Amino acid sequence: MTAEDDSYTVLGALADPVRRRLYRLVAGAPEEVGRDAAAEAVGVSRSLAAFHLDKLVEAGLLAVSYRRLSGRTGPGAGRPAKLYRRAEGEFAVSVPPRSYDTAGRLLAETVERAGLDRELQAAAKAAGAADPEGAGSGADLEEVLRARGYAPFWDGEVLRLRNCPFHALAEEFPGLVCGMNLALLDGLAGEEWSPAMDACAGGCCVALSKNKNH
Amino acid sequence: MTGFHLAQINVGRLVAPPGDPRVAEFVGQLGEMNALAERSPGFVWRMVDDPDAAAVAAFPEVADARFQINCSVWESVEALWEYAYRSDHLRALSRRREWFERPDGPHQALWWVSAGHRPSLPEAMGRIARIRDLGTGPDAFTFRDRHPAPVAVRTGRERHSAPLRSQG
Repeated sequence: MTAEDDSYTVLGALADPVRRRLYRLVAGAPEEVGRDAAAEAVGVSRSLAAFHLDKLVEAGLLAVSYRRLSGRTGPGAGRPAKLYRRAEGEFAVSVPPRSYDTAGRLLAETVERAGLDRELQAAAKAAGAADPEGAGSGADLEEVLRARGYAPFWDGEVLRLRNCPFHALAEEFPGLVCGMNLALLDGLAGEEWSPAMDACAGGCCVALSKNKNH
Repeated sequence: MTGFHLAQINVGRLVAPPGDPRVAEFVGQLGEMNALAERSPGFVWRMVDDPDAAAVAAFPEVADARFQINCSVWESVEALWEYAYRSDHLRALSRRREWFERPDGPHQALWWVSAGHRPSLPEAMGRIARIRDLGTGPDAFTFRDRHPAPVAVRTGRERHSAPLRSQG
């Protein structure tokens, strides 16, 4: 089996719509999710949720840990709950084969070597501001961010981003790519929101809060 | 605890001398960025002394007021990464091309030091030179080409270090 075949096998596990909803729920959740909570959120029985969650673990899309949810310890505290979270790996397939990641890496390397950070940030900010669903369009920023893959969630008054859509490139070119991302979010957020550097563990380093005067 | 901490140096040459309006915002933020580093999780130490005669003799460029040196020690690579790229420091970092000349070679290095060790400037500058001359390795590396902390093995009176195969 090639790496591409492996990816097809992994992603094939998401063909089932219930499983896909469970995956999206867990992958977008700020914390690990137990079977009961997952079943309730998706509207299926606990045993069906458990079955599909474990299929997603088998496929390598989710990871598992065990913890007592009640906070009790010692005898009588009950069995630890099985908790699910998004697995680390990334899977992508494209038909016909496309290699935008290779192009992205080459472009990033060239832009970094040429020292074009400011030009990239200006382009990113303009692209964010030009998003037809972006600031001023009346669309909900949370939905715009969700559509762009940031997996936003509310933490009190702050909108945090569970996922970094540029993860692999950001690991390789952090100054360049995180600066670009911040500019893109600045553009998307417009006047109503303030993006701030406030990293969320394992997620995007930017958090957004609504400006008081809006 | 591994008994090892991560040392870091990065250098750059300002587009104008400190005091010039072109770099005023950078100079103005320096204290704030250093204070942010110092209160960041995993921060251990940062170099504050000006280059001494020995450092200038070995690396004459450090005497130039436009030459900026940032050298510090952290508990782990991850702790330094969180500060450098995932805190407000990124806001300043993302403006580096406004304030600094484009580097024409390696300008940063990471290396492991025994916990408690405070790198000297010639030691730190030597790590950048090592990457320039020999490429990255366990003695001088970068975020992109990380090397794990050595494992201290005590044999008799000597301490040897052996590379650790994987970390975490």
